[in-house]
Amino acid sequence: MNHSAKRIRYVLKRLLQAIPVILAILVVNFFLLHLAEGDAADVLAGEAGSATPEYMAQLRQKFGLDKPLPVQLAIYLKNVLSFDLGFSFRHNMPVSQLVLDRFVPTLLLMVSTILLAVGFGIVLGLFAASGLNTWRDNVISFFALITYATPLFWVGLMMIVVFSLKLHWFPTSGMENVAMFYEGWDRVKDIAHHLVMPTITLSLFYLALYTRLMRASMLEQAGMDYVVTARAKGLTERRIVFVHILRNALLPVVTMAGVQVGALIGGSVIVESVFAWPGLGMLAYEALFSRDLNLLLGIFLLSALLVVAINLIVDVIYSFLDPRIEVT
Amino acid sequence: MNTNASLLDLRNLYVKLPGGAERTHAVEDVSYTLNNNEILCIVGESGSGKSITARAIMGLLPAPHVHVDQGEIFFNGENLTTAKESRMREVRGGEISMIFQEPMTALNPVMTIGKQIDEVIRFHTKIKKKHRRERALSLIESVHLPDPKHIIKAYPHELSGGQRQRAMIAMALAMEPKILIADEPTTALDVTTQAQILKLIKELQQSHDTGVLFITHDFGVVADIADRVAVMQHGKIVEIGTTDQVLNHPQHPYTQALMRAVPSLTPPAVREISDKEELIVNKLTKTYTSGGGWFGLGEKERVVHAANEVSIKLHHGETLGIVGESGSGKSTLARCIVRLINADEGEILYHNVDLRPLNRKEMRPYRSKIQMVFQDPFASLNPRSKVGRIIADGPRILGVETAEADKRAREMLELVGLDARAWDRFPHEFSGGQRQRIGIARALALDPEILVADEPVSALDVSIQAQILELLADIRERLQLSMIFITHDLRVAAQVCDRIAVMRLGEIVETGATSTLFSNAEHPYTQELLDAVPGRDWHPQ
Repeated sequence: MNHSAKRIRYVLKRLLQAIPVILAILVVNFFLLHLAEGDAADVLAGEAGSATPEYMAQLRQKFGLDKPLPVQLAIYLKNVLSFDLGFSFRHNMPVSQLVLDRFVPTLLLMVSTILLAVGFGIVLGLFAASGLNTWRDNVISFFALITYATPLFWVGLMMIVVFSLKLHWFPTSGMENVAMFYEGWDRVKDIAHHLVMPTITLSLFYLALYTRLMRASMLEQAGMDYVVTARAKGLTERRIVFVHILRNALLPVVTMAGVQVGALIGGSVIVESVFAWPGLGMLAYEALFSRDLNLLLGIFLLSALLVVAINLIVDVIYSFLDPRIEVT
Repeated sequence: MNTNASLLDLRNLYVKLPGGAERTHAVEDVSYTLNNNEILCIVGESGSGKSITARAIMGLLPAPHVHVDQGEIFFNGENLTTAKESRMREVRGGEISMIFQEPMTALNPVMTIGKQIDEVIRFHTKIKKKHRRERALSLIESVHLPDPKHIIKAYPHELSGGQRQRAMIAMALAMEPKILIADEPTTALDVTTQAQILKLIKELQQSHDTGVLFITHDFGVVADIADRVAVMQHGKIVEIGTTDQVLNHPQHPYTQALMRAVPSLTPPAVREISDKEELIVNKLTKTYTSGGGWFGLGEKERVVHAANEVSIKLHHGETLGIVGESGSGKSTLARCIVRLINADEGEILYHNVDLRPLNRKEMRPYRSKIQMVFQDPFASLNPRSKVGRIIADGPRILGVETAEADKRAREMLELVGLDARAWDRFPHEFSGGQRQRIGIARALALDPEILVADEPVSALDVSIQAQILELLADIRERLQLSMIFITHDLRVAAQVCDRIAVMRLGEIVETGATSTLFSNAEHPYTQELLDAVPGRDWHPQ
């Protein structure tokens, strides 16, 4: 029984499974956007103030919008497969370049948020569960309830007011101080400095969620038979909590985190606009209102790829945590 | 330390339950002793306090709600009820160990067997890692697990039930404890596995001079393994003595009643059965396939023949037993016959109509004719429905007027011996035995001709079991039912069934009249099953 060889086969199998998923996403996205009223020609014409029908037709012909839908879909699929995501008429740039530029900041924000939310959520949940119904549990549960109930944008704005405007600890917006032309480690430090407030704002909600989940999960596992066995073996409470219960209690938290990564991209739109973070969320928001279908499709595709990839990563992590998952 | 003292000496032990419980004490005034190299069986039905006593000895009561409030537990002369927690940690796993009923849940699912054994040694000694590993390997070998090097790296789910219990025993014996507490260690196992585990416990107990406190509800197991027996009821010990005294000359009325409830292995006199065939199952096959696909990247294709060309005949008014161990396909067969799952091939002939290929609509007129009673009386009744509705729903769905269906349901309640007041109550307000009666009433309300009972008594205490079996026999006579009775318990089968079919790995290996089968089994597997029945040499008076 070779566990690592099995795991490689498992990853390959999952990659294979991802192909039809991504194809389906491409097709569904395409039709979804065509269900919306109006197209790029309408928006351009609208912004110009007025346009003759001839001009509109000309625009549509130029963008390929006059062709029948299946043909447009076929062209779209062919282009995507050759890594051509099309051209954004709004930004006058290739979509792939636009999207990739914004992808790194989003990834940065997402990863730091997930790590913070899951990491602290686990620690807080653990503390709350191990001191059940003591002041520690009450404080943590109260904190979780408050953060769970507070709207993201309000937290963001308040953080700016307190920590940027009053205390001057953190910058108000942006991802880096472009005017300083930092290089190397200075640049990393600068970006990290900018990252603090958006990350905290975005992660608070999820932090509360994982804290509560972890607490419940710890309490559930503490009642299991194997915990009695561990006690009957003469182990210390410390060992029982940190080795036996903890690993079992992590499983639902990891599952939940995997599911919510997708929702994070959506949730980041608010935080990105509050902190002017140059990420995908902001770009999607702009693209939506300017009917920039090519750009939107590109963003959708990238987000879908991201979610598929992260789900795969979570599943692999899960197979390490829970040997009962058959990775064959 | 006092060398004359018993290994374990419980004196007037009381365990307090939290307020609002059914009784104030889970354990009341319990005293017994356990000596070196002795197996003391604690027998009792569920709720008798036998497990709580064991947990009290280990200091594992769910404090502070449940705690010892009077009495002492002396272990080698040392009072454990007043011992410090750090001392108790030394005792637990080091000097007194425990094994549990369900080896799947009692082992940590995400930790290898080797690591779980290693932990015990690590927390009780200062042996180096390499030596600990050697010790773990020799322990695994001593409980006769195959290929210790492989087992040490395996996770609990990769072992079978019996293997898991062996691993559990290896873990418990890691520090050569003076006392082993076994809390129903074979209840969740198949009868042949049970026999092996009992043999193993006896063997290890003799070679290590261990005192074993063996908790069980099964008098057959007691007869096989015990030196002395204590019988518990409602938290008190009603009778204690040597195995011979208690099993063969019981004094207390409760013990006597329990003995009477244990089904005998000797089948009763043969009944007259008509030749009329009620149901013929012909070469019924059900196969489960999993895995495969993904261009060879998926798991290896697994094919399980849950039922493989099974043929049985059920005569009018007869009870046909289907006996086998877990995974033998007996439940699959039952569900195929009731058409809860669809068989792949074969025939289910009911009065010359083949039911197998019928679709939902075509099956409807026959649904009421074949009804099922399920194993778990807790899970098989909808907790949100009142009992009256549970019973009346069946006829109503088949088009009977509501008033008529209600009337019939009330009759059924009376037939199964339940009070009419049960009508407006929810299933959780009833005990296990009462719930099984509701389950039977539900099946009977449809006026079936064939009753398929899937382990209807295996979740019940022995005295309740006897009552339900009596009820089923009575109903069979009164309503002229034919019954397919699925069980893993050969004692029950001996008493209930006219004929028995023995199943193994989806196939019927032998069919015959009960008395013939018990006295003269032809197939070696049937013989093996009969030999494994606990307490087969003991015949309750």
